[in-house]
Amino acid sequence: MPADASTGPSAGRSGAAGAAGSARAAGLAPVTAAEPAADGALDTLERGLDQLTTVEQARRPVWRRVASHVLPPVLAVGLIVLIWQILVWAKVKPRYTLPSPGDVWSALAEQWHDGTLQRAAWLSVSRGLLGFLVAVAIGIPLGLLVARVGPLRAALRPLLSGLQTLPSVAWVPAAIVWFALSPATIYFVVLMGAVPSIAVGTISGIDQIPPIYHRVGRVLGARGLRSAWHIVLPAALPACLGGLKQGWAFAWRSLMAAELIAQSPRLGTGLGQLLETGRDLSDISLVFGMIIAILLVGVAIDQLLFSPLERSVLRRRGLLAG
Amino acid sequence: MTAVQQQIEVAPTGVKVAAGSPAVAVEHLGKRYGRGPAVLEDVSLSVAPGEFVCLIGASGCGKSTLLSLLAGLDAPTAGSVAVAGGRAALMFQEPALLPWLTAGGNVELALRLRGVPRSERRAEAADLLRLVRLDGAAGLRPHQLSGGMRQRVALARALAQRSQVLLMDEPFAALDAITRDVLHEELARVWRETGVSVVFVTHNVHEAVRLGQRVVLMSSRPGRIIREWDVAPEGPRGIDALDVAAVAGEITDELRAEIRRHAR
Repeated sequence: MPADASTGPSAGRSGAAGAAGSARAAGLAPVTAAEPAADGALDTLERGLDQLTTVEQARRPVWRRVASHVLPPVLAVGLIVLIWQILVWAKVKPRYTLPSPGDVWSALAEQWHDGTLQRAAWLSVSRGLLGFLVAVAIGIPLGLLVARVGPLRAALRPLLSGLQTLPSVAWVPAAIVWFALSPATIYFVVLMGAVPSIAVGTISGIDQIPPIYHRVGRVLGARGLRSAWHIVLPAALPACLGGLKQGWAFAWRSLMAAELIAQSPRLGTGLGQLLETGRDLSDISLVFGMIIAILLVGVAIDQLLFSPLERSVLRRRGLLAG
Repeated sequence: MTAVQQQIEVAPTGVKVAAGSPAVAVEHLGKRYGRGPAVLEDVSLSVAPGEFVCLIGASGCGKSTLLSLLAGLDAPTAGSVAVAGGRAALMFQEPALLPWLTAGGNVELALRLRGVPRSERRAEAADLLRLVRLDGAAGLRPHQLSGGMRQRVALARALAQRSQVLLMDEPFAALDAITRDVLHEELARVWRETGVSVVFVTHNVHEAVRLGQRVVLMSSRPGRIIREWDVAPEGPRGIDALDVAAVAGEITDELRAEIRRHAR
């Protein structure tokens, strides 16, 4: 096949090739691999080069990666709990304002045993994730439009950056006036928190795309939506993921703020409402327990959802060592 | 055999056209950005179907601008550009592979954007990778490939567009000497196998003489075509072919004279 490939068409193209070849040989010039007979030599030369210049990346075994990622934070948390317990033993504050880790643990256990904690956590997480998904569905197309359409960019970019810094709790009073104490209030606040952050993340992701990818897309014939789908969005993805992560953080924070403020039987009992219940009952152990529960959910979603996603995207693009 | 078989002065358009319409027809092309100085001025160039033309010139001669115009990435301010089949494939100095796709995925994307149905894409991408001798690399990501392998994937991707014209913008400039050497031979072989017309931009005179059937020298600021050499009607030669050095010497002298004109 290679021999046929290099003799057939070239002979058809020009009869001078053979003559030139023999002239070269007679002139003592080293025969190079361009000669038809040496095609196999070029092949092995090339494969040798390929072998020498490719780097095989070895990944560390799973247990070592887990150990190096799980152990340090667990130790840090253990240390914090220890300091907390020492402060309680030292009686820096009366017990009804600073509960011991054990008190908080039993308060959480109590909520767990009657199922309140699980129900509240599930309600909040499902609200948070649903709100986040809607925010993604709005934020990414919005970011794409603002990044790619000149007039929209000029008009909306500063506004979105501004909205990003506005604490979304500020929307709660207005939302209660508009939607009364309904789930719509909570979702509105979550969206106002998450959408600007996701949109801004998408915009900066698109802005950071190396111009060469746009040129490649145009040379390959991708325009408009096809360019957005095949070139722009995938190229912006790593930076976009940062925006999504931040969007989730904002969604979760806004949700807790809304749940804390908006109390109504119609809204059910989420983690925020449970926290407010603890305050009403002056049950400081429950208050601490709920703060920890809210923190844990935030960390869990980040570690179980976003971090693996981010790492796999970066690793596939060779942007991550190990 | 004389070192330079034939010399042509600035060719009026149409002079070099073989039978049939040219693969690339550039007529009185001019380009300036805004109110700036002309980057290209009255450039006329015709490339025959299947011809391998090397464009050479010092920095600022508008070689890359000319390729952008040929690729349709930019519009001329004067004159006209026509490419057979309407669209040319373009290879850049950097491989510019999309890092979120595998080597095979990069080739398949070009096929997809060309409108090749899904069922045929994988097989055709495999054929193209085999053509550049990367049959085992379809599943690898760009960062797992060496510089030379990336450029070969980029070549396969450019060929996947199945344009009649392949534009190359100093594609091997960033490679080490041995890899560049191998890729010269690889490109020569692919050119023979596919019959594609190539417009190859470089500032390396030896590279131009080795690869091109015709070498076109451009002046700088503004870019104009000042001279052409028919160096090797039979196509790309080995780098050690005897007459390469002689022709390269002559072109280098001319290039230096052109650069000296800019000294003040």
